[in-house]
Amino acid sequence: MADQPTNEVVKPVQPQIAAAPIPRKPKQDRAPEEDPGIWRMNRRNALWVGGWLAFFGFIITSTVGALRYMFPRVLFEPPTKFKAGLPADYVVGEVSEKYKDEKRVWIVREKDGFYAIISICTHLGCTPRWLPSDNKFKCPCHGSGFYKSAINFEGPAPRPLERAFIGLADDGQIEIDRSVKFLYEKGEWGKQGSFLEYKG
Amino acid sequence: MLTQLRDQFRKTDVYKSIFRHSYQDTQRNRALQIVDNVFLHLHPVRVPRHATNLGYTWGMGGITFLLFIVLTITGVILMFYYRPTAQYAYEDMKYLMNDVPFGPLMRNMHRWAAHAMVLTVMLHMFRVFLTGSYKPPRQFNWVVGVILLVLTLLLSFSGYLLPWDQLAIWAVTVGTNMARATPLLGHEGPFGPELGLRADNDVRFVLLGGTEVGPPTLLRFYVGHCIFLPLIAVIFMVVHFWRVRKDGGISGPDTGKKNF
Repeated sequence: MADQPTNEVVKPVQPQIAAAPIPRKPKQDRAPEEDPGIWRMNRRNALWVGGWLAFFGFIITSTVGALRYMFPRVLFEPPTKFKAGLPADYVVGEVSEKYKDEKRVWIVREKDGFYAIISICTHLGCTPRWLPSDNKFKCPCHGSGFYKSAINFEGPAPRPLERAFIGLADDGQIEIDRSVKFLYEKGEWGKQGSFLEYKG
Repeated sequence: MLTQLRDQFRKTDVYKSIFRHSYQDTQRNRALQIVDNVFLHLHPVRVPRHATNLGYTWGMGGITFLLFIVLTITGVILMFYYRPTAQYAYEDMKYLMNDVPFGPLMRNMHRWAAHAMVLTVMLHMFRVFLTGSYKPPRQFNWVVGVILLVLTLLLSFSGYLLPWDQLAIWAVTVGTNMARATPLLGHEGPFGPELGLRADNDVRFVLLGGTEVGPPTLLRFYVGHCIFLPLIAVIFMVVHFWRVRKDGGISGPDTGKKNF
């Protein structure tokens, strides 16, 4: 460091001011003249910093608290996982609406097995209706139509209905977890759990 | 005797606290009538001639404020019978409509005034746009107005759920589903899943109090509709009216000179 050349300009020496400086009494609210501290922390500054810290601390913690208040720890909503009876209870080719009201899930029995469709329209979230005579799901809100496979073919729905996890529980009943979703447009319908093979 | 009594009464502190000046038709007393009244003092003491021209202002801001007052009063009256829980809400609405004297009148006034207010707010905005009243120095008040428009729409939307019938539930289901797609805050929006948002911790959950429209949603919308949103709206309205006066009174045609 010391070896490096410096670009310091040598200031001209100021002539001494004739009058002697007025001697000041050290005041309590003022840092001593020779105080090297960056903040020159005296009582007034300490109270200023502390006061604003307390103020913003209060504002921030109460905002975070108010936000957290909006997310309760327990929800009184139906469990997403439920048992849906024995596989033999279902008729081939039929769409079961048994769990639609309570769980918003259709269970479809095809020749090879089962799949579960979540009965929430992919347009804006209404509950479509299964129309057996037309062999399609039809949404009453804006007219979206879906095949039995859940593929959309008419109306404003932009994508097929979502399928839910379907499997077998230990006691042989069908088990469905509607929190696990399989989306057609992501190529997930072939995945494990999107389809339950029927083993008579 | 009676005049003596009256004069005596007029000297009491009570009388002088309520009637603070005489009522002879003088310029000074006219001004005092406005200035001395907490409710009227937001209104300018003098009104320029063009402000009474309905063809220019359409009176839409004033009508909107009148409708807000109507909504506040009828809303409070409706609150006497309405319980914001899933068990009672719909039946209380039916009760109001069928068994409460003047219940249908109060509810329909609330409903129609709400529809009308959305309309008049928009027409007010349209008028302000057509007359160029959003230009400096009124640009800040335009922004306040936009906030008030949003608050009006939110009040309208949150009131929609309260009858708790099929229309209400599904309309709000559809409406709040849009919140899923909020960037950064919604669990189906851009960067939502990447930030670890799910149906039970995103911005839509804050609105609904659940992962779908249910009893907690009714309560949240009720509190928002009756307390939170009107409170915020009143605060912004105060600023809105205050700014109109500070920016030179109600806007008028450019005559090249000051309006007063």
